[in-house]
Amino acid sequence: MERKVRVLVAKPGLDGHDRGAKVVASALRDAGMEVIYTGLHQTPEMIAEAAVQEDVDVVGLSILSGAHMTLFPRVVQLLKAKGVDDVLVVGGGIIPEADVKELAKAGVARVFGPGSPTTEIAAYIRDWFKSSERASV
Amino acid sequence: MPVEIEGLLKRFWEGDRVALSRIISLVENGHPSSLFVLDTLYQHTGKALRVGVTGPPGAGKSTLVDHLACQMRANAHKVGIVAVDPTSPFSGGALLGDRVRMTSVNLDEGVFIRSMASRGSPGGVAWKTLEVCEVLDAFGVDRIIVETVGVGQGELEIAEEAHSTVVVLVPESGDSVQAMKAGLMEIGDIFVINKSDREGADVAKRMLDSALELKPVKNGWRPPVLSTVALEGKGVEELHRKIEEHLKLLVTSGNIEHRRRECIKAKIVDILKNRIIEFAWEHNKLNRLIDAEVVSVTAGSSTPYKSAESLLREIGQ
Amino acid sequence: MDVYEKIREAEKKWRERCKPAATQRDALFETISGDPVKDLYTPCDIEGLDYGRDLGFPGEYPFTRGVRNNMYRGRLWTMRQFSGFGTAMDTNQRYHFLLDRGQTGLSVAFHLPTIMGYDSDHPRSIGEVGRCGVAIDSLEDMQVLFDKIPLDKVSTSMTINAPASILLAFYICVGEKQGVSSDRISGTIQNDILKEYIAQKSWIFPPEPSMRIITDIMGFCADHVPKWNTISISGYHIREAGSTAAQELAFTLADGFAYVEAGIKAGLDVDRFAPRLSYFFNAHLDFFEEIAKYRAARRIWAREMKEKYGAKKPESWLLRFHTQTAGCSLTAQQPENNIVRTAYEALSAVLGGTQSLHTNSMDETLALPSEKAVQIALRTQQIIACETGVANTIDPLAGSYFVEALTNRLEKEAYDYFERIESMGGVVKAIDRGFFQKEISDAAYAYQKKIEQGKAVVVGVNEYVIEDEKIEIPILKIDPEVERIQVERVKALRARRDNDLVKRRLEVLKNAAGGSDNLMPPIVEAARAYATLGEMVDVLKGVFGEYKERPIF
Repeated sequence: MERKVRVLVAKPGLDGHDRGAKVVASALRDAGMEVIYTGLHQTPEMIAEAAVQEDVDVVGLSILSGAHMTLFPRVVQLLKAKGVDDVLVVGGGIIPEADVKELAKAGVARVFGPGSPTTEIAAYIRDWFKSSERASV
Repeated sequence: MPVEIEGLLKRFWEGDRVALSRIISLVENGHPSSLFVLDTLYQHTGKALRVGVTGPPGAGKSTLVDHLACQMRANAHKVGIVAVDPTSPFSGGALLGDRVRMTSVNLDEGVFIRSMASRGSPGGVAWKTLEVCEVLDAFGVDRIIVETVGVGQGELEIAEEAHSTVVVLVPESGDSVQAMKAGLMEIGDIFVINKSDREGADVAKRMLDSALELKPVKNGWRPPVLSTVALEGKGVEELHRKIEEHLKLLVTSGNIEHRRRECIKAKIVDILKNRIIEFAWEHNKLNRLIDAEVVSVTAGSSTPYKSAESLLREIGQ
Repeated sequence: MDVYEKIREAEKKWRERCKPAATQRDALFETISGDPVKDLYTPCDIEGLDYGRDLGFPGEYPFTRGVRNNMYRGRLWTMRQFSGFGTAMDTNQRYHFLLDRGQTGLSVAFHLPTIMGYDSDHPRSIGEVGRCGVAIDSLEDMQVLFDKIPLDKVSTSMTINAPASILLAFYICVGEKQGVSSDRISGTIQNDILKEYIAQKSWIFPPEPSMRIITDIMGFCADHVPKWNTISISGYHIREAGSTAAQELAFTLADGFAYVEAGIKAGLDVDRFAPRLSYFFNAHLDFFEEIAKYRAARRIWAREMKEKYGAKKPESWLLRFHTQTAGCSLTAQQPENNIVRTAYEALSAVLGGTQSLHTNSMDETLALPSEKAVQIALRTQQIIACETGVANTIDPLAGSYFVEALTNRLEKEAYDYFERIESMGGVVKAIDRGFFQKEISDAAYAYQKKIEQGKAVVVGVNEYVIEDEKIEIPILKIDPEVERIQVERVKALRARRDNDLVKRRLEVLKNAAGGSDNLMPPIVEAARAYATLGEMVDVLKGVFGEYKERPIF
């Protein structure tokens, strides 16, 4: 049977705007993926722990409050510290272009800003997955 | 980096949760190495007791499981939680939203929460879930809570794999009736009316109580009906006590051993069934033979029953 | 044949004449909410409309045409830009900038830690300090925030919900320090906890104690802060979360009625607190649908308050509202286009009779507003007010066959929802079941699908796209130093103040929370002693517990 892609959709920090995260989660489910939604108000520790326990292929982080430069890299850091270095980390929300480059350096492979079609997000994940080593597990 | 099974197993035995998680995935995905892994782990299983928690959507199962896990932790038990949600029949994907509510224990080192999608085959899920439980068992977990949405046949099967099954209902009109229809009455060892601060809770409890009175007592256990308000943690201590009581009874009465034997038998039969068909498919090119038989039957020169007999004879050779 | 039959006949004949040429563009002829729109509206679409019963005169029941008899002829809407970032000093500067540029009221945006009840030095606040609003931890910060702003001359709206009682207390104390007594300060606290559970999700305590805090505030203000709007019953966030216009209208009013019922249940006289309830709506892109929505809202509120809740004073029947143009309608692509979107949205709010208006800045899909962007946003309102002529007459679209038909339709859709909510046992039970959350979630997802299928056009996003566009507008950056500065400030405050006094005041607060006394007096006392927001919230959390989310898809 086809290997299902597992995605963690997470809301780090105090930001309570979950419309985007929920729309993306639903869209990824409709694209055939298994999506674990963390709910709101997650600390980076909670997110990293969930990513480990669920053995997800992708971690999607959503922040609209401007706290992304602190919280996104922290999640990546924690994942690495737990020995997880082969998952795809992507982000979304209100993130200015200038920060996108910094985030990439910190391990966030791609940022999907406002207006990103969910089909694009799903396709990106699929393409990444096909060529990643996780596909063989 | 290709999956290095030996290395993974080594880390697993060292208590590495990443390794545990990855092995669960191998098993869940039916990776070629999973049979080897399950085989290796098997002798280390048998300690963990499984508690099934099932009921209609919105009953508050996840919140209840969260509190229950806390109770188990207070008993110094290591806990594994497997939360099963249905896969969408249209897209093949799933939204797994149970762990969201398990906020008390999601950072507890002694708790491991894993969300699973039913992946389309209700019958198959039961086995997969059981295999994931075996992995957790081998890892050293004492109690495994398996949470499912109890509305379908498949879910009932999963529930049957649990040693102790808790059925969670809410007071809304018709819920208890639905439960009876869905066959949940048969499998429940403990019944819970959650959100019991709502209107109709007393009525629902009475209805359940009277329905259960008609049920024959199984192995000396009369299923109780408890009331909880999961959001406030009310009644959870009592629920935990009852679960432990039931588990103890199963152990002392030898029922656990009996079930383990039944389970082993069923497992062997299941593996055999699958392997035999696989083998026949491969070896005898069963597919093509069946196609030929279909032609005969539609042409009127055979019937499905005669065809099957003839194929059996073929395979037998 | 009566007048309407004649017109119907004539229309039929007109359509016959149109036939060979009457082709339709390939587009969705529906409102943004998905309601179908006809090509033409005639008097037949509002057959039965009774001017006196359904529209009335401005300032009189049923207030469909406006809540004041002179509306903008008497006084323009308040231009009130929602604003806040960095430290209190940074925001105070921005407030002076805005007041100098002609803003007529203040609106405070707090940063997330304050909204969620944490002080800036709490571990949960890391990375969040001053980022999406101003950092306010104590009365000290509040004093700086309103430095050189006379509270007897400027009214202030504060977007704060779970800890609204505390921020109100801070504000009252700032007034005191300026020599302005609490009966002379005017403003609003959002304080609408029901919509937090439904849409904005900045909750702290569970629903029951939250409602108690709200009724305490209502009672306290009726006696001590009479010019204060105790709740800004909000639809803005419900809409932003993805609802349709009808859902925004219905859910918001349902929340409003729930507060009225809570107030009555708490033993308050409806005519004492109802005049101080106010509303907050979204101004989304579908021009006429929004105007109809506001008019329907006024008529529904008036009718229910008079007939169902038995309010006797006209002030209790009139629905006053603030409007904010729709953040979710803005794009990150070609952000200058947002100026145009905001302008149309603002116009619909004005034509809908809003009392107060915030216009979004073009850069808000990228960051908080820059000075340049917020100036343009303010100028947008000023141009509408001074140059377009729309404020010359009251409710100019009344009588429009289309607008009246839309108003009627939205009203009916709202009542359909009211019935469904009733059957679930009311708002709080419906929230518990996830009813609103699911309706909103479904609407959000359906809309997203429409966009991705190209059925709904978003200029610059799925049509008229510029590949590799360069953003050429200034983007506001929050200095990371802000966090360090604010953390030091709050620590210094704790070291400097009379900690014994604080401890005693917090103890009094704890006891009041456990009992049934009004919470406002002990909160004000604690605020005066420079207890921090986080400290007060922790005391209340200890008694009330914390709300746990139930995400609904």
